[in-house]
Amino acid sequence: MKAERQRASMDLLQIDDGRWAKIKKIPEGEAGRRLEALGLRPGKKIKKISGMPFGGPVVLMLDGRHFAISHGIAAQVEVETISEPSELPEKSSAWPNFI
Amino acid sequence: MSCRDCGLCLGGKRSCADRDDKCERILLMGNPNVGKSVFFSRLTGIHTLSSNYPGTTIGFTEGRIRYDSTCARLIDVPGAYTLDPTNEAEEIAGRILEDGADKVILVVDATALERNLVLVLQVLERGIPAVVALNMADEARHRGILIDIPRLELELGVPVVPTIAVTGQGISDLITKLKEARPSHFEPMSKEKRWQVIGEIIPKVQTVTHRHHTIKDRAEDISAHPLIGGLLGILVLAAGFAAIRFIGEGIISYVTDPIFENLWLPLLEKLSAALKDGYMRDILIGKLINGTIDLEQSLGVLSTGLYVEFGMVLPYIIAFYAWLSFLEDLGYLPRLAVVFDALLHRFGIHGYAIIPTLLGFGCNVPGILATRVLESERERFIAATLISVGVPCVSIQAMLSATLGKFGLIYIAAVYCILLCVWLILGRILQLTLKGYSPELIIEIPPYRVPSMKALSSKLWFRVKEFLLEATPLVLGGILLVNLLERLGVMHKVAQAISPVFEGVLGLPAAAAIPVVMGLFRKDIAMGLLIPLGLTPHQTLIAVVVLAMTFPCIATFVVMWKELGGKRMLMSTSIMLFTAMLAGGALNFLFLAASKF
Repeated sequence: MKAERQRASMDLLQIDDGRWAKIKKIPEGEAGRRLEALGLRPGKKIKKISGMPFGGPVVLMLDGRHFAISHGIAAQVEVETISEPSELPEKSSAWPNFI
Repeated sequence: MSCRDCGLCLGGKRSCADRDDKCERILLMGNPNVGKSVFFSRLTGIHTLSSNYPGTTIGFTEGRIRYDSTCARLIDVPGAYTLDPTNEAEEIAGRILEDGADKVILVVDATALERNLVLVLQVLERGIPAVVALNMADEARHRGILIDIPRLELELGVPVVPTIAVTGQGISDLITKLKEARPSHFEPMSKEKRWQVIGEIIPKVQTVTHRHHTIKDRAEDISAHPLIGGLLGILVLAAGFAAIRFIGEGIISYVTDPIFENLWLPLLEKLSAALKDGYMRDILIGKLINGTIDLEQSLGVLSTGLYVEFGMVLPYIIAFYAWLSFLEDLGYLPRLAVVFDALLHRFGIHGYAIIPTLLGFGCNVPGILATRVLESERERFIAATLISVGVPCVSIQAMLSATLGKFGLIYIAAVYCILLCVWLILGRILQLTLKGYSPELIIEIPPYRVPSMKALSSKLWFRVKEFLLEATPLVLGGILLVNLLERLGVMHKVAQAISPVFEGVLGLPAAAAIPVVMGLFRKDIAMGLLIPLGLTPHQTLIAVVVLAMTFPCIATFVVMWKELGGKRMLMSTSIMLFTAMLAGGALNFLFLAASKF
């Protein structure tokens, strides 16, 4: 039952702490523009770190960075849960000109 | 704003914005919290405040640099994620760019390249010659992010220089490359197209490798934990206040008091004897208490004036800013915003307002200036009003411990409790009554960084200097004014005129009107005036509460005017006077009622 619910479309408040998800839809207007400016846009894979109590914000991680989004806006961000992305390759010297 | 060493305006005869001068205009632009201000300080030698949270630079700072034997004006532009403005800092950034630029140095956070490219492309699309400084190169490497720089140069069409601004690495390369700054091949494009272009560039230039969880990652996760994070936030604040008191009192008992008592007082005694009775002695030294100079009560410019400022307030200023600067550079403040968002949301301001509020505990002026990080007018009004009414600055806190401390800690605690209640109730009332819209919290939380001692101490020095430059003339001038007005008998008349309010509503003697009125200039003066009155503990408490809730000083009044505009400032001032009288009157009523039963 739970697994089924997790698959269906849901918002950021509904997923459990520590779960990975893919952003499906962000609200339109001002809030959406601000989310987008931070790089939080549809298609991005995020990890929900926590939801603060008493209607507090949701903290999530995108590309190793933390972001906080108010309760009200988190409710408008549609996501779908995904499994944790697979391990990244170990550092190799094949990449030539890195800093 | 610092353009004093430019000189091109010919002492103000020409506007700084004149574009026909020979000097190149170079903008330093980038996302918030990528280290632009650190670059600016390194390139120009002008010190500006920099911290580990987005939005430290709110106005803009201008300085001069020299490269390739041409001179240039360098402008530190407030951080912007995008040129389609979503807040005031971004609006300012857009306007500065509209004013024209010969070159732009785009500072990019190497650890978040994708998002940073939005602003980079927006600037490049305008055809302005640019160089990209790929900053935090070291942090990117630690995070396992590898960036192919020649490839990035090729994709962007402008020079790219890896830098580590905090250590200065790459800065000289950046100066060299500045003359190679050139316009890029990008044409103006739609938002969707831009994301598409970025989506194509990223896989070509960046690869992310595996990295193990570090202690910092764990600390970041724990700070955001629903329960532990909240407790940690409260603990940081409580520990901070304890530490400030401890350090402040330590400086007073071991440094400033010995200096004043053993070195300064003997000098003053000699001066006093030399001046004999007369105007000069009254103004410089003040009244003698039991035949000797009393640094707290004599009320002379050189006695009480200097002692209040340097002996009682400065130690707490140093202690407060040491603590705040540490939290800022660590990157803790935005985490505090997360913890307090639920509470502040009920006041119509979001969690980020905790940063201006905390700054306000040091001095209301930078606190109110920092409300610019909030997005709407309504939020800024609420935050600024709450700071000026309910947040006691260091001077007020020094005043309340000097005047109430001798009656017992309970009185000091009572003032803090009353202020907290006023802050909570007023916040709620403003949220329910003010029309308008308050945006919600959407912020980036910077990674934790270990603060460097060197950066911390120069920041502390910068802030202490700012405080002294602003406060000293007001305190000394205010005490001079009090002495002159008293001599002319004006003080007495003012006190008589408002004594009905003081006696009737607040239960205070007419003489107490003088410290309260002078307190509008600066609270430190009020403290010196209040101590000699010999008020009862209850009366002192009422006077201190009224003082704490009105403007900390004339500078706060001016900054409110500038930030909110005349109408809103008057509205805020009315709210403040009304609330202060209401709180003082209610206290008086409570004490009267209690004494009857």
